[in-house]
Amino acid sequence: METFKEFFSFSDPSIVAVVVGAVLLTASSAVVGTFTFLKKKALVGDAVAHSVLPGICLAFILSGTKNPVWMIIGAFITGWLSLVIIDHITTKSKIKEDTAIALILSVFFGIGILMLTNIQHSGNAAQTGLDSFLFGKAAALVGKDLIVFGAVAVILIVTVALFFKELKLIAFDSNYAKAMGIPVKWLDLLLTSLTVLAVVTGIQAVGVVLMAAMLITPAAAARFWTNDVFKMTLIAAIMGGISGLSGAYVSYVAPAMPTGPWIVMIISVIAIVSFFIAPKRGIFSRSLQQRKLQRLIMDENLLKELYHLGEKDRDPYKGRTVAEIIEERFFPKKPLKAALRRLKRQGFLKEKTGEWSYTEVGKQKGQRVVKLHRLWELYLSKYMKIAPDHVHEDAETIEHIITPELEETLERMLEYPEFDPHEEKIPY
Amino acid sequence: MKIEAKDPVVEFHDLTVSYDRKPVLWNIDMTLPQGALIGIIGPNGAGKSTLIKSAMGLLPLGSGYVKMFDKPLDKVRHKVSYVPQRETVDWDFPTSVLDVVLMGRYAKLGLLTRPRKADKEMAMNCLRKVGMETYIDRQISQLSGGQQQRVFLARALAQEADLYFMDEPFAGVDAATEAAILAIMQEMTAKGKTVIVVHHDLQSAAEFFDWIVLLNMRLVASGPIDKVFNNEMLQETYGGKLTVLAEIGELVRKRQIPSREKY
Amino acid sequence: MVGDAISHAVLPGIVIAFLLTNTRDSFEMIIGAALLGIFCTFLIEFFHKRAKLQTDAAIGVTFTWLFALGVILISVFAGQVDLDQECVLYGEIAYVPIDLWITDSGQNMGPRALYIASLTLILIILFIRVGFKQLYLTTFDPAFAATTGVSVALWNYLLMGSVSMTTVAAFDSVGAILVVALLVGPAATAYLLTDNFKKMMLITALIAIIISILGYYLAVLLDGSIAGAVVTVAGLLFALAYLFSPSQGLLTKKFQRKQINELSPDAS
Repeated sequence: METFKEFFSFSDPSIVAVVVGAVLLTASSAVVGTFTFLKKKALVGDAVAHSVLPGICLAFILSGTKNPVWMIIGAFITGWLSLVIIDHITTKSKIKEDTAIALILSVFFGIGILMLTNIQHSGNAAQTGLDSFLFGKAAALVGKDLIVFGAVAVILIVTVALFFKELKLIAFDSNYAKAMGIPVKWLDLLLTSLTVLAVVTGIQAVGVVLMAAMLITPAAAARFWTNDVFKMTLIAAIMGGISGLSGAYVSYVAPAMPTGPWIVMIISVIAIVSFFIAPKRGIFSRSLQQRKLQRLIMDENLLKELYHLGEKDRDPYKGRTVAEIIEERFFPKKPLKAALRRLKRQGFLKEKTGEWSYTEVGKQKGQRVVKLHRLWELYLSKYMKIAPDHVHEDAETIEHIITPELEETLERMLEYPEFDPHEEKIPY
Repeated sequence: MKIEAKDPVVEFHDLTVSYDRKPVLWNIDMTLPQGALIGIIGPNGAGKSTLIKSAMGLLPLGSGYVKMFDKPLDKVRHKVSYVPQRETVDWDFPTSVLDVVLMGRYAKLGLLTRPRKADKEMAMNCLRKVGMETYIDRQISQLSGGQQQRVFLARALAQEADLYFMDEPFAGVDAATEAAILAIMQEMTAKGKTVIVVHHDLQSAAEFFDWIVLLNMRLVASGPIDKVFNNEMLQETYGGKLTVLAEIGELVRKRQIPSREKY
Repeated sequence: MVGDAISHAVLPGIVIAFLLTNTRDSFEMIIGAALLGIFCTFLIEFFHKRAKLQTDAAIGVTFTWLFALGVILISVFAGQVDLDQECVLYGEIAYVPIDLWITDSGQNMGPRALYIASLTLILIILFIRVGFKQLYLTTFDPAFAATTGVSVALWNYLLMGSVSMTTVAAFDSVGAILVVALLVGPAATAYLLTDNFKKMMLITALIAIIISILGYYLAVLLDGSIAGAVVTVAGLLFALAYLFSPSQGLLTKKFQRKQINELSPDAS
């Protein structure tokens, strides 16, 4: 708890630096990742992330220092190269894209590992800490490194902001964009460069191995909360930032811990929780909608059966017992009683000493369902030439979804018919 | 207009099929005769391929059933063969013409057994029938569209089935192949086998088939060609979409309505 | 790409198996890894189907999360687990001879990994021998396979199961990421060299042997990670095939085109 207060009071200027750095890095990758996600190129990010390792090592071998500028240049070159090769292999040979990605990713990484181990064994004292690129170390972000990486992150965010409209368009429909005269090729190139740069900066916080998550996961999570690209980018950035902040904290309290996996863990938990609880698109919300729909169907069926009972003895408003309803059509008792109570609450039914009867609106609603059922039966047999004894099943489903507009169309097409194919009266 | 077959090989009963919950075929109910060359005809998006895919158990049925030889498909698989559309497989796959045809024999072989000499001879015979016997070692990507289709046909022949479902076997083939395929089909039906073909060209349909199924999201007509292949029926098949049907289908998908009710 | 996902995702399974049994015994490790492999495939399907997340993102989110979990477990239980983060990434084949299998009677049976790898090899060969036709059929034309009564889903799960198993077996030696290159590299190279499925399998095996030998010497020469070197050689061989394969090579094709142009100077 002490360290928690210490960390979040931001009294130590070095903590502020680390936090600002980590948040900038993760947020900027999330912003760029939103577009790779929308272009359905999430796994390409994974390839770039692994492919920057040989570039970093090469920069170290050539320059002999861990100067961040050299590192970024080296990483940028091999990251770019990997994408060019993947693209080349996919277009020029019969090898498919996913194979090419997997191959290039692992081979570049292998070359990187070979170089890294070679450097480590060479006994060069300056190399210590080079392996923190593998899993990331936010706490190591100080001084000159922070300024360089922070600057790149800011450039990324500003560039995306400037070209937001165009990037959105090419992610959605690049052929249309091309037809409109927008330089799609150039913009694709820009997005690729942004992806590579995002990876290059992000690895400082997350590391090479898990960098892909910083591109994909915040965007995937954000997608569940909004249908607007701008809001999605913003939400992704905030979620990325939160994970970056927590990563910096972990790095501070437990310096032995690799930061990257913790950042990824936090953003993944955010994402998975989003998949479940997000309104509208989330799994819970979807199954809730299903439940609501089931209930609606149940209610409508019940009102329909009451109407059928009323048709039989020509008294639609008569009270019916549960047993009578079940005799007309089987419903399991528990959901039936729940539905009756629900319909009473909504003002469609009245109850008196165990007998249930229509209110005026309830009768209207029951009558409409019966009407739609019979209209659809008639439509099926008249327009689709389906035998009258085969139409009932279908109408059972369709009666619940016909909108008032479709209802009108059907009535017009069938010329306000009086009877359905089974010679039953269609009520108006 | 619907004419029932006398002793049917295939029976569709009240079949409704949905893609992503959106019904694309409604209440298909018909029987098809044995020993006939049957064409399934209809405009784009009418659900022709969907019909035979669902018959072969490749798509889940919303409701209804399909019976072949009066039994469910699982009981008679060895008597039924399916030729998918040519574009559905990866023609870069490292395999030769002979190997593809031998696949037709796999269902008859157990887990461990390799194709025997008899199987190879059988495959060679089938290749001879389609005029591809000189290409046995060719990698399949080096064949023309028509040749690829012939190989697929040979694979189906190697299954020695009694009932064949073929998805657009005449699509994108040259005139010679078209004639060759048709001749083989006619020879098959003469032997009492039933061949059901998804076809999109009206012109040639009149010459090819003896039984026609007209389809447009629902069954418009099914019967011998001279009875159902007329202007009135074609008008009904091709003349405009049933907008109500399309709109309902869209609503079903959007609201994720279960295709059958719980109680 | 699913192979890549699985190879990352099995990590927590291995670590948990380690923690529970406290041994480096291969059996529990394989069970743990296989369970996680299946869990990973299930999660990807679940996110895709139930939450309607696009496939590439479903894969990406799932495997990075599980891998992160694995690495965190390793660091948290650093004292108890005989694994470290670097080993996860690139293994250390050089230490394999040190991990010996000593029987209860104290007899030295040689390096443990050798047995695990041999067992895996035998199992994989058996699997391919038994299911060759079904695997062949379901990969080439799943729709046709399904209509002849072969279960496409079952064979896919079996194949993924064998991928998980290979990954675990290779884990000690090459780590989670580089194993992908070993899965994909030789096969992709052979794919460019032949059109024949059986030949392709033979060439794949041959290339795998060549890269291990050459890779080892490269590692000695550069004083670097053996696994990294093996993968580097795998990449080089692929590049060679990509450029010079007799039938598919980029430069070969260019050369042939040039020759044709020289033979018929009228054609442009």
